[in-house]
Amino acid sequence: MATLDSKIPQGPLADKWNNHKSNINLVSPANKRLIDVIVVGTGLAGASASATLAELGYNVKTFCFQDSPRRAHSIAAQGGINAAKNYQGDGDSTYRLFYDTIKGGDYRSREANVHRLAEVSANIIDQCVAQGVPFARDYGGLLDNRSFGGVLVSRTFYAKGQTGQQLLLGAYSAMNRQIGRGKIKMYNRHEMMDLVVVDGKARGIIARNLVNGKLERHSAHAVVIASGGYGNVFFLSTNAMGSNVSAGWKIHKRGAHFANPCFTQIHPTCIPVSGDHQSKLTLMSESLRNDGRIWVPKNIEDVKAIREGKLQPTEIAEENRDYYLERRYPAFGNLVPRDVASRAAKERCDAGYGVNKTGEAVYLDFASAIERYGKEQAHVKGLDENDAVLVKKLGQEVVRAKYGNLFQMYEKIVDQNPYETPMMIYPAVHYTMGGVWVDYNLMTSIPGCYAIGEANFSDHGANRLGASALMQGLADGYFVLPYTIGDYLSDDIRTGSIPTDSPEFEAAETEVRERLEKFINNKGTNSVDYYHRKLGKIMWNKCGMSRNEQGLKEAIQEIQELRDDFYANVNVPGKADEFNEQLAKAGRVADFLELGELFAKDALERTESCGGHFREESQTPEGEALRDDENFTFVSAWEYQGKPSEAILHKEDLNYEEIEVKTRSYK
Amino acid sequence: MNLTLKVWRQPNTDSQGNFETYQLADVSPDMSFLEMMDVLNEQLMSQGIDPIAFDHDCREGICGMCSMFINGEAHGPDRLVTTCQLHMRKFKDGDTITIEPFRANAFPVIKDLAVDRSAFDRVQQAGGFVSVNTSGNTQDANAIPIEKKDADRAFDAATCIGCGACVATCKNASAMLFVSAKVSQYALLPQGKVEATDRVLNMVKQMDEEGFGNCTNTGACEVECPKGISLENIARMNREYLAASLKG
Repeated sequence: MATLDSKIPQGPLADKWNNHKSNINLVSPANKRLIDVIVVGTGLAGASASATLAELGYNVKTFCFQDSPRRAHSIAAQGGINAAKNYQGDGDSTYRLFYDTIKGGDYRSREANVHRLAEVSANIIDQCVAQGVPFARDYGGLLDNRSFGGVLVSRTFYAKGQTGQQLLLGAYSAMNRQIGRGKIKMYNRHEMMDLVVVDGKARGIIARNLVNGKLERHSAHAVVIASGGYGNVFFLSTNAMGSNVSAGWKIHKRGAHFANPCFTQIHPTCIPVSGDHQSKLTLMSESLRNDGRIWVPKNIEDVKAIREGKLQPTEIAEENRDYYLERRYPAFGNLVPRDVASRAAKERCDAGYGVNKTGEAVYLDFASAIERYGKEQAHVKGLDENDAVLVKKLGQEVVRAKYGNLFQMYEKIVDQNPYETPMMIYPAVHYTMGGVWVDYNLMTSIPGCYAIGEANFSDHGANRLGASALMQGLADGYFVLPYTIGDYLSDDIRTGSIPTDSPEFEAAETEVRERLEKFINNKGTNSVDYYHRKLGKIMWNKCGMSRNEQGLKEAIQEIQELRDDFYANVNVPGKADEFNEQLAKAGRVADFLELGELFAKDALERTESCGGHFREESQTPEGEALRDDENFTFVSAWEYQGKPSEAILHKEDLNYEEIEVKTRSYK
Repeated sequence: MNLTLKVWRQPNTDSQGNFETYQLADVSPDMSFLEMMDVLNEQLMSQGIDPIAFDHDCREGICGMCSMFINGEAHGPDRLVTTCQLHMRKFKDGDTITIEPFRANAFPVIKDLAVDRSAFDRVQQAGGFVSVNTSGNTQDANAIPIEKKDADRAFDAATCIGCGACVATCKNASAMLFVSAKVSQYALLPQGKVEATDRVLNMVKQMDEEGFGNCTNTGACEVECPKGISLENIARMNREYLAASLKG
């Protein structure tokens, strides 16, 4: 049993990455041509890694389950990307970004990784602009910034509410250039079914062509997993329908440790659930909290009247509104980090102040921003600042320019006009900080197998700050992995191409085939979604925004029973050798049914509250999360042992050299 | 609401397809169109009928994966939305809804409502990029100021989601709106100028090779585009193409 070696370089924190880059082994350009790398996933991390590896000269094979690499769910990221550029001159620096990220993560992330992330962040913006990514600009033609939760500077670069789309299309274009040059071989509509390990090293994958159902063997000298997060274990989340844990889970079962599975981000501003038919939830970007104010009525009678449709939110006077974030956290107000904002919404709704029929919604109100912007515009244009109708019109134009697509999306889904009446929002599962354990080089505990982007656990601790996911995905893919992977591959320059007719490939393919046939031949009574929804309910009720010992124990039991029921009674129609969406989904849900249990086990083990992980037993008298640094300043890395209940816990101690560990306060 | 659904069923690319009619009861007006399809599929599976294949992923109107030609319109009757954001409140109790795949020679049907749009990827691979290495060793992002108006127009063009509604809508199955959106994005930015000539020639050449039809300036593509990509982009691409041809 291997111990965890995080391979953090020696030396002062600020010099670690530069020194490491100067000292690791390199592969010569001529030898890179002899080396194959597989990348699974084409979101920001996978696409940027594929492009850069190919550009460096490696032969890259990239896989995505969608019909095009451009569909990966990074495309849906809305608000922005952080970078310590300090273009606004508001006191930002690499150190401050590093500090904010560690603090935001509630002191549960690795200092060296986070510092590296902050260091390369500025480069990302330069790179993306050079690629033609159309970021928002001011009238002087320079890049514009906005502010996100948990920070006191404006360091977020954005492209309206479509930043993820523009960054992903940038990375996709860099990939396309390499596909055109023949350096990347792209496999669309292909799903990774298993990892192939030969002599202890990752040497390839078994993939399924989703169009004709055929299994394929693909070999390489290294395998990079960039398959995103596992938020869909909750069934309802802001993830795409196809987002899944399977690539990460398959390598876990082959020996990669899985870290901090219970660290999940519940995003405070999503459109509330409307009914049982719901298939997914839609995010309303955190950037809206720059201008939107969150509130519920102060008086319970007003809440009742609203629910009965007798009162409109716009009719409630200012003094009868409870702007609870501004009240509880005056320093950060509406821009507290996501975990804090989500719990505060839950607290108000649990107390009975929720403003929709289900009692699970709060208001996000733009009226004051519209008035403020309107007055500013009227002043600039020399118009009457006291003309309320004019001011509203001008203010709405500003808000439309900033958030137009988000407002339109809200209106289409909810059928209400958010320019006229406050939005209704409620927290929803959005991102997973936990993931495959990796060392400083982003290598998992399987030699030659790497994990990047949301798929790994590395940079966000117990809570991710807004606009940092895009930063991490691109940092890993463009600027970290392409260098660190060379250190490993330098031993492979004489290996030659890896054969796919070895017993290891044979065995892995057989296992996959048997698994698929078992589903097809099961002929049960319940659909795959039936089980996925049930799993989601268990997760949301017992492993959601707040967790306790009893609930977690029940969750473990219920998930085990549900899993047995799934294998006995699931119905997967059709055949294995055809386009079969139900079969693909069955495999993904099977993995969620295992991950869910490990998730609950991890949450049970960690009896402290930190970041997105809130244990009811561990809170301050004011209801804030209470960390237990003495006993839990570590990363939980789980080793697979046949089933989730038997997984072994390894602890990677977190040492803070640069930062003083303090109670996180946003008051 | 109770609905009658006429859905295109086709087992694979090579076989001939046909419409099948299904009844669906108790549809909530708050459902999205794809959630309605989920419910229909659950019903079909419980009756032992193969569920309907359709492409979808993000379900928030940005990935571009969902398609469907609904009552004769790409992404259905609503404007500026994809099928995943179309809600059932746009329909009435008792309606008959006809659901077809996006049809074009360059988009062969894979199964039922799912089509192969990889032709779009190949057009992008022919020139939809700026040839800059991803080493990070570029100049500072603020070194070249870009007029806000140009940056905004480049952004508007860049919001294309590559869904193919323009092709499915066009009577000629032309991909001009899609291709011109990418050409325009780079044409409007200084970063794109260096390779402008080759880009437009190569992308148009690939577009023609993929079997997309010609543009006859009907403008239906603009009407049906879920992201409101403007016809101006086609005019801009034609200018770029003409200039490149004279140069080249």
